[in-house]
Amino acid sequence: MSGGRGPAWAGMGGAPQKPRDFRGTLGRVVSRLLRDRFLVWSIAVLGVVATALSVVGPRILGHATDIVFNGYLSDQFPDGATKAEVVRGLEANGQDRLADVVRGADVRPGQGIDFTSLGWVLTGALLLYVLASLFMWWQGRLTTRTVQHMVGDLRDDVEAKLNRLPLSYLDRTERGELMSRTTNDIDNLAQSLQQTISQLLTSVLTVVGTLAMMLWISPLLALVAVGTIPVAIWLTGQIMKRSQPQFVAQWTATGRLNGHVEETFTGHEVVKVFGRQREMRAEFERRNDALFTAAFKAQFISGIVQPVMMFVSNVNYVLVAVIGAVRVASGALTIGEVQAFIQYSRQFTQPLTQIASMVNLLQSGLASAERVLALLDEDEELPETTLPSPVRGAGPRGRVVFDDVSFSYGPDPLIEHLDLVAEPGQTVAIVGPTGAGKTTLTNLLLRFYELDGGRITLDGTDITDLTRAELRRSFGVVLQDTWLFRGSIRDNIAYGADGADDAAVQRAAEAAHIDHFVRTLPDGYDTVVDEAGSGVSAGQRQLLTIARAFLADPAILVLDEATSSVDTRTEALVQEAMERLRSGRTSFVIAHRLSTIRDADRIVVMEQGRIVEQGSHDELVTAGGAYERLYAAQFAGLTT
Amino acid sequence: MLIPLLRRHLAPYRGPIAVVLVFQLVQTIANLYLPGLNAEIIDRGVVEGDVGVIWRTGGVMLAVTVLQMACTIVAVYVGARTAMALGRDLRAAVFDSVEGFASRELAELGAPTLITRGTNDVQQVQLLVFMGLTLLVSAPIMAVGGVVMALRQDVELSGLLVLVLPALVVSVGLIIRRMRPLFRAMQGRIDDLNDVMREQIQGVRVIRAFVKEDHEARRFGAANQQYVDVAVAAGRVMALMFPTVMLVMNVSVVLATWFGGYRIASGDLQVGTLTAFQNYLVQILMAVMMATFMLMLWPRAEVSAERITEVLETEPSITARPGARDVVVDRAEVDVVGASFAYPGAEQDVLHAVDLVARPGETTAVIGSTGSGKTTLLSLVPRLFDVTSGVVRLGGHDVRDLEPESVWAAIGLVPQKAFLFSGTISSNLRFGRPDATEAELWAALEVAQARDFVEALPERLDAPVSQGGANFSGGQRQRLAIARAVVKRPLVYLFDDSFSALDYATDAALRAALRPITADAAVVTVAQRVSTIRGADRIVVLDEGRVVGTGTHHELMADCPVYRQIVLSQLTEEEAA
Repeated sequence: MSGGRGPAWAGMGGAPQKPRDFRGTLGRVVSRLLRDRFLVWSIAVLGVVATALSVVGPRILGHATDIVFNGYLSDQFPDGATKAEVVRGLEANGQDRLADVVRGADVRPGQGIDFTSLGWVLTGALLLYVLASLFMWWQGRLTTRTVQHMVGDLRDDVEAKLNRLPLSYLDRTERGELMSRTTNDIDNLAQSLQQTISQLLTSVLTVVGTLAMMLWISPLLALVAVGTIPVAIWLTGQIMKRSQPQFVAQWTATGRLNGHVEETFTGHEVVKVFGRQREMRAEFERRNDALFTAAFKAQFISGIVQPVMMFVSNVNYVLVAVIGAVRVASGALTIGEVQAFIQYSRQFTQPLTQIASMVNLLQSGLASAERVLALLDEDEELPETTLPSPVRGAGPRGRVVFDDVSFSYGPDPLIEHLDLVAEPGQTVAIVGPTGAGKTTLTNLLLRFYELDGGRITLDGTDITDLTRAELRRSFGVVLQDTWLFRGSIRDNIAYGADGADDAAVQRAAEAAHIDHFVRTLPDGYDTVVDEAGSGVSAGQRQLLTIARAFLADPAILVLDEATSSVDTRTEALVQEAMERLRSGRTSFVIAHRLSTIRDADRIVVMEQGRIVEQGSHDELVTAGGAYERLYAAQFAGLTT
Repeated sequence: MLIPLLRRHLAPYRGPIAVVLVFQLVQTIANLYLPGLNAEIIDRGVVEGDVGVIWRTGGVMLAVTVLQMACTIVAVYVGARTAMALGRDLRAAVFDSVEGFASRELAELGAPTLITRGTNDVQQVQLLVFMGLTLLVSAPIMAVGGVVMALRQDVELSGLLVLVLPALVVSVGLIIRRMRPLFRAMQGRIDDLNDVMREQIQGVRVIRAFVKEDHEARRFGAANQQYVDVAVAAGRVMALMFPTVMLVMNVSVVLATWFGGYRIASGDLQVGTLTAFQNYLVQILMAVMMATFMLMLWPRAEVSAERITEVLETEPSITARPGARDVVVDRAEVDVVGASFAYPGAEQDVLHAVDLVARPGETTAVIGSTGSGKTTLLSLVPRLFDVTSGVVRLGGHDVRDLEPESVWAAIGLVPQKAFLFSGTISSNLRFGRPDATEAELWAALEVAQARDFVEALPERLDAPVSQGGANFSGGQRQRLAIARAVVKRPLVYLFDDSFSALDYATDAALRAALRPITADAAVVTVAQRVSTIRGADRIVVLDEGRVVGTGTHHELMADCPVYRQIVLSQLTEEEAA
């Protein structure tokens, strides 16, 4: 809101480029997830149970198949014979193989399929599956809750952060880019966490369980299978290394696109009337193409993981088969053991492939998390004072002193060694050409920016020894910025005075001469207005913000071009009300219409950040300095 | 909504999609072929102890694996490209559509939701298509393969599928139906979050000045909580999907074993066939599981598609009439004749039967009390709004008979709010005329009394401007906006209270400098200060949307009481004379 700024503003719009730290980000995301330890442990326990059940399930079904098979086998032999007789009979016929099978099976000749026990076993399997599904469902619900609460907290943290960021950061950052971090990025993080957490857990558990089984059967073959893990990790790592920057680029590009879109939509009318659509479209296309390229590369590179892992898994499979076969030949292993081992090595590599895919999915989420965390790491305003709130005596309040104040937005000094005293109850008018630093003074007074030198005191207390809230509560301000939020007119007026009743709101509106207008609206004080809202003119918006300041009932008033868009007849009426409001309060008034400040106790004339003159209207006119020239120019304007 | 949207926007990518399908088909067949090779290694290699067979079969297996990997990678490449291109196209379509909107549509839908729709919603559709093209094309192939194989094993037992498949479809369908409204609410909550955050960044100075950070945090927190609630509710329903599908498929395997047992007992089925049948059922199960993954994305993408389509199908309320002429407006004349305007649905006219004339080389001023309709009157000329009755002519043409671009080309608007864009000073000044030379930019800055402060900036014309011009003071912003209009050299200048943040001296100097520039142009000025307009050739006095006087300063002083009042509120009697 003030004078031209230097190169400090370069690099505006984009996110600050900080070194990418994948592991650090992961750690911070995990520690945020772990804030609700109970939920996370519940998810883990449910995951273990569901995995165990899903491993046991096929076993039980296998048992059912055995019953069917045994029954079928038993039916082939005459009733009444014993198993031993059957085996002997088969061996006598030279059917050694079948004899082996029968010997190993639970054969009761002539019995047929035991449907009773089959029924029991299948009921058991059914029960198990129902349980597994229930646990899985439960786990899914808990995961949703954990993830959504975590990202909800993250969004609240971003909001809290916005309130602590210096204005300079917010001024130079595209709004849409910040919005993208709170919605698109956090949404993406939630989606990828939700998809990966439970699956990642299940996959890891399966790998561990299977590995244990393999070690039990053959440590050598297990070694072969385990040998694929480093290969898998290395390959995944190689791919990740290349996809991670692309994911970061994708979400950065999303933010940049969002920034441009937000700005274009906000300035819609100007874009149209200036026929600027083609250029805005061209810039959109640049950012859109950048997003396309990054998104495509990210998806493609990470999409390679799965086929590559499949390949690794198949190579592993062949190796196990070959070595297994050799071991069988040398009699170190039985065929059955090799067969089982091959099954396990399949079971082992499949979740491994899954983990690799999950990790890549997670990357996208972490790229977003990094952008959000980077915002949370931005430098904040100076911390609040820790001094106890100074005790203020009774009596007149509102003495404001600028003591040797220096300030600049960039490298070029804007305000140098400025001294100014406003006694309680005084009205101080600040005049001067555009860009002289008038608004900057109010920015400093409200501590929107920190001083480079000197100090400002309020009733003798350095304003940095007050909390910002304490300081600002002493002020009622009408800024150039006539911001209305989406809400009723009543709520907008009552913004600075919590719990003001309708009568008070109406009194403030009457004083600001906006009551009549509000009453002509179909919904009166309940009419909803917003930032872009048509139907309320610029002048009316100013009057509403004046009513807001009236209602806040502050010790000190700051009016920065408060009535610039208000017609002069209304302005005269508002002036009267302000006069009443100002009585007994210190006021700072910035205005171009010198007629509105003629009665000020003191007029301060600023030029290029310095006070060149101060005094009453009459004194200054007589002095024939800068003020006199301004005043004459005003008349020159009138008489042209 | 999703399918028509995809059909329309995927049409240009038929070729790549065909490529993806072919490669995925090969990949899937290779995948189905591998278990056979597995069996061979075990049966003929391991069991028989024949290492040669193992090596040979292993070699074939590796070859098939390499083929499969290659096919998958190609499919992922083309699939990712296609899906991301679709996303790019949709974003561009939304952007173009909104750019065609008149102010009314933009206000009705609201910028925050349009931003969400252009990014987040497109992202949902894009994700679905990406998953569909890369991971899930093979699912139906595997499922169909599984069903065919199951039928070949035993037709009777396959009757189970008649039971299982509808059960799956119905249960999944029910879940999706419950998810849809939740996801619709969810996208709406994202809009709300965007809305609150945008408002807070815009109003940050006021919020801080009034110490309302906690209040705003609560407001954001409430919107956030609503979002979390609906996301959790949606997630809960979504969590049903996987277990349900698993359960149905597992139950069907159990049933197959039970009925298979009976068929074996009666001699209609071999034990080996039952085992094979079970394996195929499991294969179908895996395929369905993969499809489920996609179905989980479906409802959200569907809701997003609806929201995108709504934007794409919104007709701008202000378009060229059929047969509109793409003529170059060559006369600097504005005639507003009997124009009335009311906001849609509003009872009262904002403007009522207003007349206004502007001619080349002349200045027409509009003055009136706060809320009298001055800005609205000005907005009628560039067709930001259309009159509800009456007519607005530009260079003799009814503005509604011209292509909007022809209208805008003739107009240089300086809005009340300066609306600078992030970029540099020169990029902002070249807004209306990209090919303006640097000398022209400096000349315009000189006219706008902005040369001094721009020269004082270290980067001069290349000095950065942040969004909304936040790094410049109110007066500086206004002067840059004036220079921007001057660079354009339009036929008609519209100044909407553009001098309010200027001090009197600057205001006077600026108007003096403008005079030669606007010698052939028509100027319409809205102002509060009598000093700004008293030299105008024509002054239109507005009061509550009606013209209560037209004439020069002296004429109006004589016979327009409203004007007299306005003047006397600013000047003393003798100054006004």
